[in-house]
This record gives sequence, structure tokens and C-alpha cells, in this order.
Amino acid sequence: MAAIYSLFIINKSGGLIYYKDYGSAGRMDTNDSLRLASLWHSMHAISQQLSPTTGCNGIDLLRADTFDLHCFQSLTGTKFFVICEPSAPYMESLLKVIYELYTDYVLKNPFYEMEMPIRCELFDLNLSQVVQKDRVALLAR
Amino acid sequence: MQFFSGSTSTESSLLPAAPPGTGAGGPGNNAHMLYIFNRAGVCLLYREWNRPLRTLDPQQDHKLMFGLLFSLRSFTAKIDPTTAEKGNLGVPLLPGQGCSFYSFKTNTYQLNFMETPSGIKLILITHSRTGDQREALKYIYNLYVEYVVKNPLYVPGTPIQCDLFTKNLDQYVRTLI
Repeated sequence: MAAIYSLFIINKSGGLIYYKDYGSAGRMDTNDSLRLASLWHSMHAISQQLSPTTGCNGIDLLRADTFDLHCFQSLTGTKFFVICEPSAPYMESLLKVIYELYTDYVLKNPFYEMEMPIRCELFDLNLSQVVQKDRVALLAR
Repeated sequence: MQFFSGSTSTESSLLPAAPPGTGAGGPGNNAHMLYIFNRAGVCLLYREWNRPLRTLDPQQDHKLMFGLLFSLRSFTAKIDPTTAEKGNLGVPLLPGQGCSFYSFKTNTYQLNFMETPSGIKLILITHSRTGDQREALKYIYNLYVEYVVKNPLYVPGTPIQCDLFTKNLDQYVRTLI
């Protein structure tokens, strides 16, 4: 697994509940990250409208010149998306692992309020272990 | 196979689209639709080969498509992790300014996008599993230059009604895998 630049988690109404930057030059302040998350939520919905066939679930992968964006939407409408290097492999499985961590450390936390920003230490800890592991693999090449 | 064009000229009524089943499954016919927009958002060409589902009427559909691309370009320029200096989110971007996306994929379709320095946007919608279509879009742009721009009877900024262009376009799209 390659390293990622950043991770966003959006709740089902489009509000940003988690943003973590892993060393990109384009680090953003809170307002910008909030705006971008809502923008992504709307565009994800619009892309479903423009589908030529039925059964579209929105954008899974966006490819740009300098980065790729992988998105995973859970059945409840929560979206997880990562910004990574172009053609980075195994991003789909990374998103599934992050989803598992979310269900374990955020949703099962009795003090966590639904749709609110995530402030769970264990989630941060385990998340940084998962992503840090990737960075180490990258440096060891 | 009959290909019907969906011209956006206000005088002519829309010709009926290809009956369902003519495009699907045909050898080498992997493309669903093609849009060409100019800088101002005028839809110069909308060509449909295989579209079982139409959620909006054509005018709304074109506006929605143009709006989506406009927003997506702002989004990609702003979220770009490799440049530190970026403008604000709502600022209109010049063609070529900032990082631009070239493709996005959903479970049912793939949208391939190309913007030329003159602001002409080409959008090709294909099946979900097609590869990188940047070369195909460059080729289609070349067809546009040869048969439309160099046509002395064509007025720039108006919908394209050049038979040679649509014929060559259909022929080329049929070869896309």
C-alpha cells in the first residue's frame, strides 16, 4: 500500500466530520476543508443523475494530473475519500480498513454523537498506525 | 446500426434516439455519449449512441453536465496536494490553470474529460471498465479541428451541424474498445 496525502470523512448530509492531512503541500485550513467536503458531496450526488444507465452509486475514482481521489460510500451514506498519488495500488482495501476502524472505534463509542465531528482518541491512534505502516513501507523501498 | 444525433439547435426537434439494444453489446461500441462545450457553456455537440436512462430534458442535462465539470475543476485545483499556492474556491479558472482531472469512474460509467487551451471541453462517457481515453479525446479534438473549425460555413459558438464530422466521429467511436 502506498502512502496517502489526506483523508476526509463526510456524514450523510455532506458535512465534514473528519479531516487528516498526511504531509501534502496543499494543507488546508478548516474552512477550506469544510467547503471542499460539501462540494464533493454535491458532485457525488450529481454524478448519479448523469448516469446513462440505472443503478449508479456515484464517483468511485477521480483521476487528475497530480493525484487520484478514491471514494467509498457506505450503505448509510457516510463517505470516506482519500487523496493519494496517481495509480497508487490497494486504495480500495485501505478505505475498507478505515471503514472498519470507523465502525469499531467511533460508532461503538457510546459518547460519540452521530453526524458530529469525530474526536475519538482510539480512532486516531489506530488510523495513524494503519497509514503509518504504509509510509514505512514506502520509505523502505 | 443507425446512429441518431441529438442536435441542440433550437429550430429542429430532437430526432428519436437509437432504439434500445442497437448499441449495447455491439462489437467495439463502448461509448455511451459525447458532449462538446465551448468556453461559454454552449453545448456545441451532443451525440448519443447508447443511453437507456435519461433523467432530465436535454437543456437541463447539458447545463448540469457543464456545471458539474466547472465545479469539479475548481475542486481538483483546490484539493491538489502538490501545490501550496491556490486561489479561492469560487474563482473561475482559465483553461490549463491549476491541476485538472481527466477522468472519473462510477460503477456504471466512466467520464473522460479534456479541455483545450481555447476552452473547448470534450466529454466522452464510456463503459465503466475502459482504459485511459486521453488519446481518444485528442483524436476527437483533431477531428473537430479538421472538419468543424476549418469549415468556412461553420459559425464558432453555434451547435455543430457538419455531416463529415459526425460521420467520422461515429466511425472512430465504433473502433474504441
